[in-house]
Amino acid sequence: MKYRHLIIANLFRKKIRTTLTLGSFAVALFLFGLLAIVRGAFSQGLEVAGSDRLVVVNKVSIIQPLPVAYQQRLERIPGIKEVTHNNWFGGIYQDPKNFFAQFAIDDDTFHSMYPEFVIPGDQWQSYKQDREGAVAGVKLAQRFGWKVGDRIPIKGTIFPGTWEFNLRAIYSGRRPADDTNQFWFHYKYLEERENTYWHGLVGWYVVKVNNPDDAVKIAKTIDTTFANSPWETKTDTEKAFAASFVKQMGNISFLIMSIGAVVFFTLLLVAGNTMAIAVRERIRELAVLKAVGFSDNFVLLLVVFESVVVAAIGGAVGLTLAKLLSLRGDPTGGLLPFFYLPPQAVAAGAVLAVAVGLAAGIWPAYSAGRLRVVDALRRV
Amino acid sequence: MVRVDGSGNGSSLVRVRGLDKKYQRGSEEIHVLQGLNLDVDRGDFVAFMGPSGSGKTTLLNLLGGLDLPTRGTITVAGDEITHLSGGKLTTWRARHVGFIFQMYNLIPVLTAFQNVELPLLLTRLSKSERKQHVETALQVVGLGDRMHHYPRQLSGGQEQRVAIARAIVADPTFLLCDEPTGDLDRKSADEIMDLIDRLVAEHGKTVLLVTHDPVAAARAHTLLHLDKGVLVEAHRAGSTAGGRN
Ligand SMILES: Nc1ncnc2c1ncn2[C@@H]1O[C@H](COP(=O)(O)OP(=O)(O)OP(=O)(O)O)[C@@H](O)[C@H]1O
Ligand SMILES: [Mg+2]
Repeated sequence: MKYRHLIIANLFRKKIRTTLTLGSFAVALFLFGLLAIVRGAFSQGLEVAGSDRLVVVNKVSIIQPLPVAYQQRLERIPGIKEVTHNNWFGGIYQDPKNFFAQFAIDDDTFHSMYPEFVIPGDQWQSYKQDREGAVAGVKLAQRFGWKVGDRIPIKGTIFPGTWEFNLRAIYSGRRPADDTNQFWFHYKYLEERENTYWHGLVGWYVVKVNNPDDAVKIAKTIDTTFANSPWETKTDTEKAFAASFVKQMGNISFLIMSIGAVVFFTLLLVAGNTMAIAVRERIRELAVLKAVGFSDNFVLLLVVFESVVVAAIGGAVGLTLAKLLSLRGDPTGGLLPFFYLPPQAVAAGAVLAVAVGLAAGIWPAYSAGRLRVVDALRRV
Repeated sequence: MVRVDGSGNGSSLVRVRGLDKKYQRGSEEIHVLQGLNLDVDRGDFVAFMGPSGSGKTTLLNLLGGLDLPTRGTITVAGDEITHLSGGKLTTWRARHVGFIFQMYNLIPVLTAFQNVELPLLLTRLSKSERKQHVETALQVVGLGDRMHHYPRQLSGGQEQRVAIARAIVADPTFLLCDEPTGDLDRKSADEIMDLIDRLVAEHGKTVLLVTHDPVAAARAHTLLHLDKGVLVEAHRAGSTAGGRN
């Protein structure tokens, strides 16, 4: 590339300015990488949601319970293969910061509902035989250094008192995105201990249909079945449910996105202004290039290229830093268990950086391309 | 042979006929060149003088294909350039014109070598061929030992010599110099004029020079005055009007 002197030399013309512009791109793309990680953490549920599973919650809100008697009525609806129920426990292990999800589950129906979770057969048996038995995901067990046989006290927030569990089994996920940060114990245990307040109630139901194509139709049937009862239901596919969960996070997400958009817009202005100045102070030189015989398009591309090179280098630095951060794992200690920067996000970030570089350079480049030699040389 | 009356025969290198240039400044129209004629042969060395604002730079820009006239034609080595489109004109410039400006106009972030190499980047020459040409050009201007210096490490006179090397490196058809010594002290100016003299005498270059400096102008074979939009031959003491004898 015989023109490389021209490009490289211009980058080193104002070292501080180039460094600052490069730094702006690095910071912005680092932020972009971080946003992608956080968004991925929030929407991870969407990725693993089964298309043949429906979630049936109380129409009023997900924190309102449903009667346990619905189990049999759901099982009788045609097209439904199996039914399980789920209960949010919301307890604290040692410190509120140690957040993880705990569910009281209906053992056998739950296990066959979620074939993606794998448990060694003997562990599952020993769990079933222990009234205070519990199952933890492999990541969760790793996080707290739990082993099978450990006794784990959890302080209830919804259900009062300290609950002691014996860890009997550790499950893993079949796919990398499967959530192995959950903690399960017997619904029976919950019901027995809370027989006044939580008697005959469950948190929500999960239903598996024979044919995913019927999912929407069956969801409607379920809601009609329980319409005009004291416990009306709202049924969605697991995907839609996960999506609505993400939507609840939506405000945070929107906030992050707004900040991101503002940062990129500012970046565009900063980089655009820098390039405009860079062109203005170089007008004579650009005019001389043209006088010597370089074409208008060459001069235009020279400016665009310079802008894009700065953007690409800065962007690469930022994305690399974000990737390095993601490799170190979840820094929040469990809030974002799925802490990962996917290659698609890196590619999107690279495209975005180059696009901003291009957009920032295009106007100054255009005016440089249109510059008339005689006018530029007359200017002092 | 240099003529200004439009009587030149077909053999002139540069042939200008009825050149008009008008500028519009607000509502006012400035008629800078008014039917100017000029014939310059290969190997000629012509100096243009004239008061500030008389249109010397305008004329040089038109001859160099940097601007287009309002009316009239310019023919260089048989090519009429006044009807070339922007892109073609640029290509023509790269082939035929070497510019030397008052302000040197070197690229400050490139070394002397890289500055001189610029016009060659537009050719098909290989890297080693380019190197050879650049080194030759820098040796001609006496800067063989300053090739890797940056403009800021050179004196004004040396910078102008780099600019001259850049102008001659691609062996253009003619050199256009707009007040090349305007920013230099007497001694440096004389050195630059010696160099231009040598380019004409030893290398057979054709040079068109604009200057305010009578000493510099006296070096030329022919001295022309730009007056009221046309060229007139100056009568110099000790020299016959009409230039070279
Ligand atoms: N782009 C332009 N627009 C309007 N007027 C112009 C333009 N360029 C040149 N002129 C006018 O044309 C006239 C000739 O200008 P030119 O630069 O050719 O003069 P000059 O002889 O080179 O002067 P100097 O000796 O000061 O360099 C001047 O009056 C100038 O103001
Ligand atoms: Mg002038």
